[in-house]
Amino acid sequence: MKIRTLKYMMKQGFVGLWRNKNMSLASITSVAASLVVLGLIIILVLNINNIASLTQLQFDTVQVYVQEELTEEEISLLGSNIEAIKGVETALYESKEQAMLNMKERWGEQGYLLETLEENPLPNSYVINLEGIDYADGVVSNLKNLEGVDEVKYYKEIIENLLKIAGFIRTVGLALIGILILVAMFIISNTVKLALNARRQEINIMKYVGATNWFIRWPFIVEGVILGLLGAMIALVVVRYGYGYTFDAINNKFTVVFSAYLLPLDILMGRTMMMFAVIGAGVGALGSIVSLRKHLRV
Amino acid sequence: MSNIKIDLEMVTLIEMRNVSKDYSKGIHALINVNLRIEKGEFIFLVGASGAGKSTFIKLLLKEEDPSEGKIIVSDEDITHLSRRRIPYLRRNIGVVFQDFRLLPNKTVYENVAFAMEIIEASSKEIRRQVPMVLGMVGLSDKASQYPHQLSGGERQRVSIARAIVNNPSILIADEPTGNLDPETAWEIMKVLRQINRRGTTILMATHAKDIVDVMQQRVIALEKGRVVRDQQRGAYGYED
Repeated sequence: MKIRTLKYMMKQGFVGLWRNKNMSLASITSVAASLVVLGLIIILVLNINNIASLTQLQFDTVQVYVQEELTEEEISLLGSNIEAIKGVETALYESKEQAMLNMKERWGEQGYLLETLEENPLPNSYVINLEGIDYADGVVSNLKNLEGVDEVKYYKEIIENLLKIAGFIRTVGLALIGILILVAMFIISNTVKLALNARRQEINIMKYVGATNWFIRWPFIVEGVILGLLGAMIALVVVRYGYGYTFDAINNKFTVVFSAYLLPLDILMGRTMMMFAVIGAGVGALGSIVSLRKHLRV
Repeated sequence: MSNIKIDLEMVTLIEMRNVSKDYSKGIHALINVNLRIEKGEFIFLVGASGAGKSTFIKLLLKEEDPSEGKIIVSDEDITHLSRRRIPYLRRNIGVVFQDFRLLPNKTVYENVAFAMEIIEASSKEIRRQVPMVLGMVGLSDKASQYPHQLSGGERQRVSIARAIVNNPSILIADEPTGNLDPETAWEIMKVLRQINRRGTTILMATHAKDIVDVMQQRVIALEKGRVVRDQQRGAYGYED
């Protein structure tokens, strides 16, 4: 294709877009709305997945809280009982003082907050490494029957629940996005139809003079793609600043507890930008093609 | 002797063999048409409204496929031309309509150049070709005017310029003088005659009896879908 032809296609695309400003605006808005929802869902799902995998890394263990009133002998007896369970690799004792130190370390700069506590609320515990994840359920039920065990903290369930929530959001979200994208396509195809009608006479002449079908079609596809991409750009800006703002707000208000688990903006935006561009352009192109198939016999 | 010479020079541009066209509901638009059009001919296609003139033109432009028979243009069988090939056939056929079909927001020059742009001619070719055809139709001084500033005859000349700017081997004119007063119609005929002298075959569908009678060219008359007369140096032949 010649450069001049390319310029012609682009120009016609923009002219068509400008000629029906209201419909163009409606198309762009609907693409943007669909993609903002998509962005929201991506952010939610990615963050939940992230939290789940971080949790998994940090707590790939079973933690047993030891009853407060136990003596040291009883505690070490409990230790050997635990190690006797099939599937337990190691059982490390962590005193409540040690636990506090660990926590301070994890919280880093905000560690001083813990010093305001009058009493150490953390329990003595055993941190158990499993020989394999398959033993988890058996070990947990054995632990619960042991003398001196206060509580068994097992994070597999939490992780599973998190992943279930992420899955649910993804399914519902995808259905919602599907509907929104169909609506966006419908609006774009109507916009392109208007552009088509405005150029009927020109197209008629083009056909008689021997323009190829693709030469006639391209400007409309260009128009649809531009509409889609503009929508994607708006959605990207909304999601970028929306998430940036939320991320900062959470960091400021909740300090360490949440922010460590949220994905930073730049990681999210890289993926989202590509996805938005592809979907925006795709929706635009498909919308035009639908219209061309229906209303343009070339 | 001279007859033999003419035979040797004849090159068949269009051939129709046993061509029929039925529309649905059993309407027979064309019935068993057989004819040859040679390169360089000037032909009038006459007949009452509904006799089949429009269908005849539509078959040549591949707006319609024939129901039966075979159509050959420039040695290529176009009876069942694929949709992708149709634009290339049409580049070899210029078309002029009764209603001019100019783009109102383009100047005379741009209207003609448009026909070259959409077949992706180079700007160099466009700059050479457009002024030349505007000169041929006598509109060199109107190049920068818009269609609404022109008279009917001038508009039709623009549309003729557009039809021949890509050097088609045949020019199809569908009642080109239908919207014009007699004097202007004759101007258009002069332009067409001149284009024909340069070697372009011309097929003109018309109701203009006086023009056909005076021009003394080949006349193909259609009646209810049949060719009822095909005559060299013919006349319009009947009143309608």
